[in-house]
Amino acid sequence: MAEVDAAGEDAVDRTGAQRYAAEWARAVRRLGFVPLSAAETERLLLAYTLRLADALRTDESVASVAEEIGRAMVETNLTEPGMIEWSVRALADRLPARVLCGRGGSGAAAGLAGRIAAAQGGLAAGFARALRDRTFVHQERIARSAWQARDAVEQALRDSEARFRAVFSGAAIGIGIADVDGRIIDVNQAFADMLGYPVEELRRLDVASLFHPDDVAGMSELYRELVEGKRESVRAEQRYHRKDGTCVWADLAVSLIRHDDGRPRFTVAVAEDITGRYELQRRLRFQALHDPLTELPNRTLFFETLGRLLGQAGPVGLCFLDLDGFKAINDSLGHDLGDRLLVTIARRLAGCVAERGYLVARMGGDEFAILVDGDAGIDGVIAVAEAVLAAVSAPVFVDDQQLMVSASIGIVDSEHVGASVAELMKAAHTTLYWAKAQGRGRWAVYDPERSARDIARSGRLAGLPLALDRGEFVLHYQPIVSLLDGRMLAVEALVRWQHPQLGLIGPDRFIGLAEETGLIVRLGEWVLRQACRDARGWHTEFPDARLVVSVNLAARQADAPAIVDTVADTLASSGLPAELLQLELTESAVMGSAEEPLRTLHRLAGLGVRLAIDDFGTGYSNLAYLRRLPITCLKLAAPFVEGIRGDEPDAADHRDERIVDALVRLAHALELWVTAEGVETEAQAERLRALRCDTAQGRLFGPPEPADAIRTRLAGG
Amino acid sequence: MPDGLPTEIDLSRPSAARVYDYFLGGGHNFEIDRQLAEQIAAMTPNLPATMRAGRDFLRRAVRMLLDAGIDQFLDIGSGIPTVGNVHEVAQAANPKARVVYVDIDPVAVAHSRELLTGNDLTAVLHADLRDPEGILAEARRLDLLDFDRPLGILLAGVVHFVPDTDRPADIMAALRAAAAPGSHLVISHSTFEDQPQEMLDAQRLSARTATEITLRSCAEITGFFGDWVLVEPGVVYMELWRPDSPSEVDADAQRFGAFGGVARYDRAAD
Ligand SMILES: C[S@@+](CC[C@H](N)C(=O)[O-])C[C@H]1O[C@@H](n2cnc3c(N)ncnc32)[C@H](O)[C@@H]1O
Repeated sequence: MAEVDAAGEDAVDRTGAQRYAAEWARAVRRLGFVPLSAAETERLLLAYTLRLADALRTDESVASVAEEIGRAMVETNLTEPGMIEWSVRALADRLPARVLCGRGGSGAAAGLAGRIAAAQGGLAAGFARALRDRTFVHQERIARSAWQARDAVEQALRDSEARFRAVFSGAAIGIGIADVDGRIIDVNQAFADMLGYPVEELRRLDVASLFHPDDVAGMSELYRELVEGKRESVRAEQRYHRKDGTCVWADLAVSLIRHDDGRPRFTVAVAEDITGRYELQRRLRFQALHDPLTELPNRTLFFETLGRLLGQAGPVGLCFLDLDGFKAINDSLGHDLGDRLLVTIARRLAGCVAERGYLVARMGGDEFAILVDGDAGIDGVIAVAEAVLAAVSAPVFVDDQQLMVSASIGIVDSEHVGASVAELMKAAHTTLYWAKAQGRGRWAVYDPERSARDIARSGRLAGLPLALDRGEFVLHYQPIVSLLDGRMLAVEALVRWQHPQLGLIGPDRFIGLAEETGLIVRLGEWVLRQACRDARGWHTEFPDARLVVSVNLAARQADAPAIVDTVADTLASSGLPAELLQLELTESAVMGSAEEPLRTLHRLAGLGVRLAIDDFGTGYSNLAYLRRLPITCLKLAAPFVEGIRGDEPDAADHRDERIVDALVRLAHALELWVTAEGVETEAQAERLRALRCDTAQGRLFGPPEPADAIRTRLAGG
Repeated sequence: MPDGLPTEIDLSRPSAARVYDYFLGGGHNFEIDRQLAEQIAAMTPNLPATMRAGRDFLRRAVRMLLDAGIDQFLDIGSGIPTVGNVHEVAQAANPKARVVYVDIDPVAVAHSRELLTGNDLTAVLHADLRDPEGILAEARRLDLLDFDRPLGILLAGVVHFVPDTDRPADIMAALRAAAAPGSHLVISHSTFEDQPQEMLDAQRLSARTATEITLRSCAEITGFFGDWVLVEPGVVYMELWRPDSPSEVDADAQRFGAFGGVARYDRAAD
């Protein structure tokens, strides 16, 4: 099949060439990356094969043809060393046999061998030259690209640097950068201005040299932690020395900048001058805590300090004083002189205790207080009091007036009074009052027993009418519930005295007094009106509850001629339906033989209100008389209920139970409701239910509570 | 310079793009790249062949897209164009074909720009695949590609540089969402499936280039195509994807540890 030409030279075997090209293509594709498909590769290499074969056959300058092909290989990325190796080898090993089918003699063979060697050389040289050129180009290009990329990044860095520079130098806030040894590397103009140095000079300074001596310890500690990498930032209000020696307050934020590997590298401080704000704050704080006239600490600071000292659990003593007869001085000499007197006294007081550092406060008017903390003991506090009395009593010269003043002092200490601010102050007032009662220029020490007696007597007696005027009484309401279904049917109004010093006082401690003094009539009327107002409120909001309010009428009240009018007026002005008001009277109030009470009761009943007998069973009841009374309800006195415990019935139990049983039967026989008072346990309630008692009242069903609590209960269903 | 892209050119570290170039026989690389390449090659003799197979896959895929009438390409993670670049392949078939190359490697970008000067139908973006919205916004600004017409999105050998923490599936979804019906998505991606241990070790070496490689399963890679329709033969070892001649296919194609696939966005039937 080989085609032999006339000259007898080797001819090209096309099929052989195709097979050769296919082998060649397979080889190069195996050996390296060829950016062509297999068919394309084969087509390309077939062209090379034919050209090479042609050149080998004829005497054409085979070396240059092969060189071109070597170069072309590189251009098509046939650059793997293995590829050229295969190609060079195959040129001798395979190509002649496969592609050139010669029949020539040895002379021709010798000529072919020479041409093959030349082709091999040319192919290798062309490949090598082209590959070298290509490598130079590639290397140069990638290096240039790297530089371009770097330039671009650097340009971007320069741009960003320029932007940050502009921010840095133009910032109104001070910015400084220092290395970890504390050397200042750079500061901006604002920072330099704040400290009053030229930028250049600051750049030569050390961070530590700027710290204010008073702050150095704390600040250098924080700063050390920062540069050691133990903290990332420090925020502080910090004083600095300005170059001119004055001091500037800065709100300072220092952050640590680290190397890539985490080692501390720089600190960056951002500082704002807050001297103005700081001074203002200090002035405001001083003003808030000091009395403008005497510049002594004021009540606020006094209470703050007292609270803190008491919180620390150590003993605290207190001298509470005022000037004797200061009002008279003020009135006769005028406020201006009075004020100047106070300033002088304040200075003396401060002088007395300055050495020991006790706090002297002006509590208001001519009242002062001295806090004696630590372990001075009561004797120590007395010593202070005596020093104060001596200091105050020295003549005071105001203008050309010579004034003799004295003070009285109440002495208290936390060990004897207790560690609450309120208790201590209450005791202090009381004790000062005792001191004054002894005459001028005296001190008194708090005596708990005397105080207890005082409170019991004078305090209440004197305070009662005033308390009514000042609105110091409040009403609490105790639920009265149905024993059948537990529903709240009524509430009993109970009066309390909200005493400004003693706190909430129960009726047992003032009702007797009120009755003695006759105040009970006014107080009772207030109770009635307030209770009706509250009840009207509930009724408006919860009309379906039909909650009855039960109000106690004292005997004296019930006797008062105006009572019916008062009740009628109260109902009218409050708008409370009469049937929602129950008046509780004591047995004694209704059992009198007089006709008058009876008529009053009938007129009250005529208004439509309900009447109940309170504490039934404790007084003397005339059963026959009871029948004639227009009453609707009996309230069993608590002692009977108390006797019923329900659990293990003993004798007493039985007796009380029998009494209750009898009373309930009696009441029911008279068609009266029965309310048991003082029910405390479920067992009692159970027994009472068994005895057919209708309603009950007591801790079990809720303590007396403010009106709002009843509202909440109604709202809760 | 866009946020998040390298702000330093660190030529003391090898670059994935230049290592790849070396494996393809290019000279666009430095000593440090060649060292790493040789090290990888020594550990995994298959790897150079895998790289070449990857480039071959890309060529075949681009041709398939051209046959399907695609004439505009967004090639993300294009690397250093050595030989057989997308625009060469594309413009040989259609001189009007347009290509936007995107790479995160600033050197690769600079190189591409240099190489492409004068070719008005191509452009190069320096951007991060992990910011697909950024890429799309910049590509739109170039006004070279028409997003209302079918587009070829090429993600050859790049998605495995995106770790799971960067939510590659979301990135793919964002790219898909920007394309018009008729668009094609090309992905090739390294896998651990059926791979010898040394291949998995080589993955660890990749951490030395700017980014580490995350090998993924065939199922995960298939998931990246979303609801686009995979063209035959689906997601397969790269060599098995539409080979030029069946005789060329290696007996064990999995030795090239990467899958390839192409999917088309068919307009929802309605
Ligand atoms: C293996 S090369 C692939 C080159 C080309 N696509 C191919 O298949 O022949 C991977 C290229 O992806 C780039 N690359 C890696 N992570 C990237 C990312 N997050 N965004 C864009 N390109 C990335 C690398 O810089 C590198 O040039």
